Order: sequence, then structure tokens, then C-alpha cells
Amino acid sequence: MTLIAAKDVVVSFGSTPALRGADLSASRGEIVAIMGPSGSGKSTLLHSLAGILAPDSGEIWFDGRRVDTMGEPERSTLRRERFGFVFQFGQLVPELTAEENVALPLLLGGQRRAAALRQARAWFERLDLEGLEQRRSGELSGGQAQRVALARGLVCGPEILFADEPTGALDSLTGERVMELLVASAREHGTTVILVTHEPRVAVYADREVIMRDGLVNTLTPDRIGS
Amino acid sequence: MVLRVSVPLTLLGLLEREPSHGYDLKRDYDTFFGRGKPLPFGQVYSTLARLARDGKVVMGDVRPGEGPERKRYVITDLGATEVDTWLTEPVEPEPHLQTVLFAKVVLALMLGRPAEEYLDTQRRAHLRRMRELNEIKRGENLVDMLLADHGLFHLDADLRWIDLTVARLDALAKAVRP
Repeated sequence: MTLIAAKDVVVSFGSTPALRGADLSASRGEIVAIMGPSGSGKSTLLHSLAGILAPDSGEIWFDGRRVDTMGEPERSTLRRERFGFVFQFGQLVPELTAEENVALPLLLGGQRRAAALRQARAWFERLDLEGLEQRRSGELSGGQAQRVALARGLVCGPEILFADEPTGALDSLTGERVMELLVASAREHGTTVILVTHEPRVAVYADREVIMRDGLVNTLTPDRIGS
Repeated sequence: MVLRVSVPLTLLGLLEREPSHGYDLKRDYDTFFGRGKPLPFGQVYSTLARLARDGKVVMGDVRPGEGPERKRYVITDLGATEVDTWLTEPVEPEPHLQTVLFAKVVLALMLGRPAEEYLDTQRRAHLRRMRELNEIKRGENLVDMLLADHGLFHLDADLRWIDLTVARLDALAKAVRP
């Protein structure tokens, strides 16, 4: 069953077209990788699906509802309560400890501090981060910071995790570890993952991949042209 | 295993572009696919003889061409079908296949075929194989894991070459079309 879909989505930045009628859908629990060269529209499509960007035309659907026609407060609630995010450079808040960073979405959702931190700490064991709870982002390695960011993306139990080049700043082995954990956590919780990457070795962790070029999603059949 | 370009298929591809003399076929083969290993004349004519025997080419009318050979070879429907099948089907995703892929891309561009679609099909075949290798890595055996990694990194390099080639197709088309 389709959980999220972009239909004929067009987005331009000034006179520069970024998406020129992009289509993509993902089922509940499915992991989909969006690949393609720089400037092909991968991140723009991810941001459109996540309700961060409003498309110029086309439709975004999530769980049977139109996202692109929602007002910003409603989209903001959707992002906070049902979506999770991981970006290339983690983007942790440097003033907060690792556990406060993980608890942040819960605190923003109105949860009490003690309960939010308790829930956040549970993720440190799952993601091999025990003992790092009180460290700030400057005291974490790239791989550790990205796992903290992953915990923050998953702490609310999102139905969809949007991951934009989650291993882009990591070496091969560390990136592999992050992907293993991301996929294992998503499978365990039935989370749908929309993964943007230009790295084939990352994309093959997904159930399927689509290739973007010039603002369009390539929908070639997998085995043979024209079959 | 290094997959080499098939000389018969490459000559057939060149013939699909236009009927040609053996001398012209050798010159174009050496220009685009020889890479320092020119095709001996003997191999050109023995290959053409085999292709004629198998009904993939026929001898056309005799016209003056460059060099001593005057027979023109013309591809048959059977030969054209073989070229089409070869171009369309992805290559077995193993490392070091760039030579075959390169030949396919150049011939596809010469023939006005959708080279980009062929490369997309190849990319998917590669990604499917990489997914299989990734599954092997999830096992417990460290040796299997390292071997799978070796395959994954080489296939990854092929894919980078495919991406770069897709980005350069327009320029390549200008270079290989008459």
C-alpha cells in the first residue's frame, strides 16, 4: 500500500527548473533510494515529499492526504510527529549534549524533559553510542555524530525517515555501519525510508532505487529495455 | 575475468551503420576499438567470411574503396537482429568490463540508438549484483565479506564510469559520428 507519493511535481528556483514532473511513490516499510548526478533534483524531490518545499504544481500525498495543499502549521506538525530526518552533516545543535540532541524532537512536541531524555537514552544502546550521552557535537567523531543524528531522526517513531546523503561525510567503513543501523532500525519499526544518495554502495541497502536526471525520475524497466 | 570486445559483433555493428569494405571496417575498428592493438587484415576477412557463412552479412556490389579490397559487405536482417540484441542486453556485471561497455556505447551512438537507455539498463544490472554482494556481506564469514567488498568496490567504479559517460554522451556522439 502506498504511504507517500509525488505526482507530476514541478519545482523551480527562479528560472531554473529543479523538478520537471517528477513521480515517485513508496509503500509502508519500503526503503527507496533516489540516485542521480548533482543537480538532478534528488534533494528537491526529498524536500518536496517531506513537505519542506511547496511544489509549483503537482501533488504530494501522505497516508491518503494531500500534503502540498496543507497550511504550514499542519505540515509542521506532520514533519514533527510522523516524519524523521537525517542529513549529510548530522546538523546537531552544538550547544546541546548528545542526549539532548536526540530528545529535541520530543521536547519540541511538548514532552516533559525527564521523559524525553529517558526515551532518548534508549537509543544510545541500540546505536552503539553508550557512554557518549553527555558529549557535545564537537566531542564526537563523524560516525558518532551521524549515529546521534540517526537516533534523533528515529526517536519519535516516525512512519517515514527522510535521509539526505546520510553517509556523505563518512569514510567507507563508518558509512557502512551507519547504513547497517539505519536499515536495521527501519526494518524493526516498519519505517519507510526515502534515501537520497549518489553512492551506489549506499543505494544497494534499499529495496529498490530510482535514478533522477534533469528533474525527472527515470522509470526504466529493470531487466531489458522495452520488455 | 576480463571481458573483451567481440570482433564479429563489433564488425557487424560497424556494418549496420553502412555497407563497408573490409579496409574501411579495419580502419574504423582500429580507430575506435583497437586501442593500440590493430586488427590484422587476415582476421577482418576471416571474420567477415564466417559472418557471411552464418547469413549475417552478404557480399554487396563491388565499388572502389580505400585500399586494395573492393568487395562491399552488407548486414542482413539476421545480423542486424544480433547487433540489436547485443546492444540492448546488459553485460554480465563483473569488474573490468569497460571495454565491452565502451564498444557498446560507441556503436550505439554511431547507429543513433539510445545509448543512455543501454547505460541505465547496465546500471540496474550492476546495482542488482551489488545488492546480492551486499547480502553476502551480512553473513558471518569474514573472507566472504572481504571478497564481496572487492566486487562491490569494482562495480562501484564501473558505475562511476557509467555516470561520467552519460554526462559526456553528447560530446562522444559528436566525436564518433561522421
